[in-house]
Amino acid sequence: MDSLVGERMIRYDARGLVEVDDAAPMVAEIEGGRAVVDAKDLSTRKINLELRRLLYEEGVKEVTVLNPGAKHSLGVGILTRCKITFDGSLGYFGCGIIDGPEIHIKGRVGWSVCENMMSGVVVIDSNAGSLTGAAMRGGDLVIKGQVGARTGVDQKGGTIIVLGRAGSMTGFMLQRGRMILCGDVGPGLGDSMYDGTIYVAGKVRSLGIDCVPGEWTDADTELIERKFRIYDLGSPPDFQKFVCGKKLYNYDNLEPSERKLVL
Amino acid sequence: MCGIAGVIYKDNGGGHAVGHDMTRMLQSMKHRGPDSTGYALYGPVEQQIVMRYKLADANDPRDFDFEQRLDHHQREVETRLRACGARGLEVEKETGYAYRITFDYDGELKALTDAVEDVPNVEVLSLGHSLEIIKDLGDAEQVSQQYRLDGFVGTHAIGHVRMATESDVDISGAHPYWAYPFGDVAVVHNGQLTNYFHWKHRLERSGHRFQSECDSEVIAVYLAEKMSEGYSLEDAMRESLDELDGVFTYICVTSDALGVAKDAMAAKPLVLYEGEDVVALASEEIAIRAIVDHEIETWDPYEGEVMVWTR
Repeated sequence: MDSLVGERMIRYDARGLVEVDDAAPMVAEIEGGRAVVDAKDLSTRKINLELRRLLYEEGVKEVTVLNPGAKHSLGVGILTRCKITFDGSLGYFGCGIIDGPEIHIKGRVGWSVCENMMSGVVVIDSNAGSLTGAAMRGGDLVIKGQVGARTGVDQKGGTIIVLGRAGSMTGFMLQRGRMILCGDVGPGLGDSMYDGTIYVAGKVRSLGIDCVPGEWTDADTELIERKFRIYDLGSPPDFQKFVCGKKLYNYDNLEPSERKLVL
Repeated sequence: MCGIAGVIYKDNGGGHAVGHDMTRMLQSMKHRGPDSTGYALYGPVEQQIVMRYKLADANDPRDFDFEQRLDHHQREVETRLRACGARGLEVEKETGYAYRITFDYDGELKALTDAVEDVPNVEVLSLGHSLEIIKDLGDAEQVSQQYRLDGFVGTHAIGHVRMATESDVDISGAHPYWAYPFGDVAVVHNGQLTNYFHWKHRLERSGHRFQSECDSEVIAVYLAEKMSEGYSLEDAMRESLDELDGVFTYICVTSDALGVAKDAMAAKPLVLYEGEDVVALASEEIAIRAIVDHEIETWDPYEGEVMVWTR
């Protein structure tokens, strides 16, 4: 039940699912609060263990991961303020359930990047797969390429900025937070959304159920200009705004405090 | 869950180690489907016909006269091939139950297949001038070793790792599916079809046979039927987006082309890399990186997209 990652063998349990050896590989080069890890010959578990060791035990604040090689589940569950750079692409479920880090991914990412992200910043230089920022609760997620389907599904906070195209059912069941989409958007935009705001600069193939054009305010202009300035994205194009039509909305009979609890 | 992969070299010269490529791609996606692994490999186009078939399934109970019965069935297959007009039979025994056989033949493929499959438990896995489908239980390394696929040289290939959900774990339920009775066409599929019985019954009425209970077999036969009506591969695939219901990403290959189609919901993953000389696509990017050694740019095709490349 062993398999090879790069030059190293990984030992698994009898079911072939769990890596038996759970010690951090101690391969990072640390220099004055910064560290570099070459992930080429490391398994997912080893990379994450090494990241944890550096951030939580060695007190490193800036880590660069070389050759991530599109492996899945990298940089997951980091709950401290730090800077992480992935010099390459990530696979599925990258940077999920993070709280605090500032992450720069120099390649692309697979499905479900930043799932349930609580706070922090993630900037992706290339494309992203489907379910980008699913159930995200806070922080900023910037994708400079295109994204797949169902971006920001069930998003409950934070801001997702996409410079390229977005696929079908973008903003599906959006509950709170903002999506700033600079390219064309596929069918079913904002389907069944509860709340939150979607800004689109490109063409919208079709709107989903209960997603309607919203009224533009100065606060919208201020938000978009601020985000474009922070991430150095040039001058913003003209956006249309979409919000929830509240025809499917059944929370009106709740007290404000209850509503806060529900959302 | 299942994982699918495809690779096609655009230089038309052949001579690429597609067997080795596909093993590396499929092995890196083992976590998506550990039950069985299948390959559809295209070697150089030969004058002769190459047929792959199995006499029994890998996990059939081995009773007392199992081997004797298989030997008897094998002789019966050869007799029937000759009776249909096949000449110059060259038989290679790949495993205890799987055979590869080449011969000269210029009659109808359907008649030939039906005659062979009339022998009890025999299933023709593939038939054509360059297509070879190899599928068995276990991961890619195991299947590749068992059938000695590392040395397979050709132009393009698709593969599949299966996590059985809708039907049994056996070779009949493993992908890729040959598009009976259409030579050199094969399909791998990730997803579920919801109008499976509708299409299965309809295609059965027009004379096609189904060897498994797996919904993906319908796609292969559906496309073959369309192409025999005169559709091009791309048009047949576009038509399938409307006529097949469910969630799917599937890859279809012919002797000179490889096409991919994604359903209207984009519910199943696919990552695509289009290089100068090679196109590689897979359910996960990690599979593409297993065969491309330099830094690459990849993306996910969108909902309702059909793309076709020729070698």
